[in-house]
Amino acid sequence: MNDKVLVQVRDLKKYYKNGEIKALDGVSIDIHQGEVLVIIGPSGSGKSTLLRSLNLLEFPTSGSIDVDGVDITDPKININKHRQKMGMVFQHFNLFPNMTILENMTLAPMKLLHKSKEEAEKQARELLERVNLADRADSYPRQLSGGQQQRIAIVRALCMDPEILLFDEPTSALDPEMVGEVLDVMKELAKGGMTMAVVTHEMGFAREVADHVVFMADGKIVEEGSPDQIFDHPESERLKSFLAKII
Amino acid sequence: MSLKDQFIQAFVENGRYKLLLSGFGATLLITLFSAVIGVILGFVCGLIRATYDKNKEALKRRGGFSYYLLAVLNFIAKIYITVIRGTPTVIQLMISYFLIFAMAQNGVPIAIFAFGLNSGAYVSEIIRGGVMSIDEGQFEAGRSLGFSYVQTLRYVIIPQVTKSVFPALMNEFITLFKETSISGYVGIRDLTKGGDIIRSTTYQAFMPLFLIAGIYLVSVLLLEYVGGKLERRMRRDER
Repeated sequence: MNDKVLVQVRDLKKYYKNGEIKALDGVSIDIHQGEVLVIIGPSGSGKSTLLRSLNLLEFPTSGSIDVDGVDITDPKININKHRQKMGMVFQHFNLFPNMTILENMTLAPMKLLHKSKEEAEKQARELLERVNLADRADSYPRQLSGGQQQRIAIVRALCMDPEILLFDEPTSALDPEMVGEVLDVMKELAKGGMTMAVVTHEMGFAREVADHVVFMADGKIVEEGSPDQIFDHPESERLKSFLAKII
Repeated sequence: MSLKDQFIQAFVENGRYKLLLSGFGATLLITLFSAVIGVILGFVCGLIRATYDKNKEALKRRGGFSYYLLAVLNFIAKIYITVIRGTPTVIQLMISYFLIFAMAQNGVPIAIFAFGLNSGAYVSEIIRGGVMSIDEGQFEAGRSLGFSYVQTLRYVIIPQVTKSVFPALMNEFITLFKETSISGYVGIRDLTKGGDIIRSTTYQAFMPLFLIAGIYLVSVLLLEYVGGKLERRMRRDER
């Protein structure tokens, strides 16, 4: 991790029904280059909304999100260009079911980065090698287990050479015995210096891998700090009761 | 008169089979081209309708030109679909022939126009339903990779929609094929009209009517066979 701030979120608000529901209620956060940020909190706390706001899958009601110094909430910027640099991994993988694994991985690099087929496939096969799925290149998503599909989803995002990866509860839809293989890939990425923002319920992962942990409740950041501070020396009652329930 | 004599009278005498051959040609011509028009029109209208339905809240919030353009296009598409689905096809055909193209000499292009317009409305609703049934996660996956909305439709959504609506589209093509049998209303000599001319000149209804019914049936079976093959090929990812 270095000092360069990659993403800077300021006073982000997301209201539904004219402010009746406040999914995000004034959230500010910095994500440094090479940092692993883990966002935890009870369901309905706004953690997924925050993550999905970072690449504007949710459009905030107010506030700013600066990525590389550009406010992406400005309607005049080209959000598609920014999303190319911000990979996303979803709870339900969202692989394209009608395409092979290789096609899933090469579609965006070929169409958006104008890579040749050979170039895109070479990169895809290298990444498949890294997650031990090289032999599944020509399979279709539904022929793979959940854990395998999620690993593919991660390398599909990597094919765009993103500056940051966003993980929206990447292991929540998996059978317990498949959680480990996905977390292992994420740990490898973290070790390699990838900037990551992760919404998860995997406290073991958060404790081991996170540089910074944010605890959210009711659309606000209640407490944040190093894994040590959050898990071993929680200050707020809200966090203490949350930790008591899940550990 | 024996069946054999009836057959000879209906189809061989005076080369009457030629009426059926040229009629069948006209039927195929009308079906083929109106299906192409219907698919193009249907995809365009269906995608506009689905895009509006799915994104109107987000677009409205941001306002601007694209919202109003889409709202207007959606409104036009909706009126078109309502009018076409709410009126009989034969009336649409007659309006095309006697009013819109009253000056035209050849009926076949007019029938292609009328049936294409008609089919487009039904295809549109098939496509709209298909797009609406695709999981939102597919759109989000496309957008998160950096594809624009239109690129996401083109590269991610439409291939999946085409596959899922294929049986419904086949159904529409079969309906269209048989519906062209009303072309005789505006003097086009299609297959049905050909058979009917034989019936009225020979005073024999049995042979010509059953034979043209058989030709329609065999054609539909052939269409179903080809469609089934295509469908299996499209579903190879499910094995």
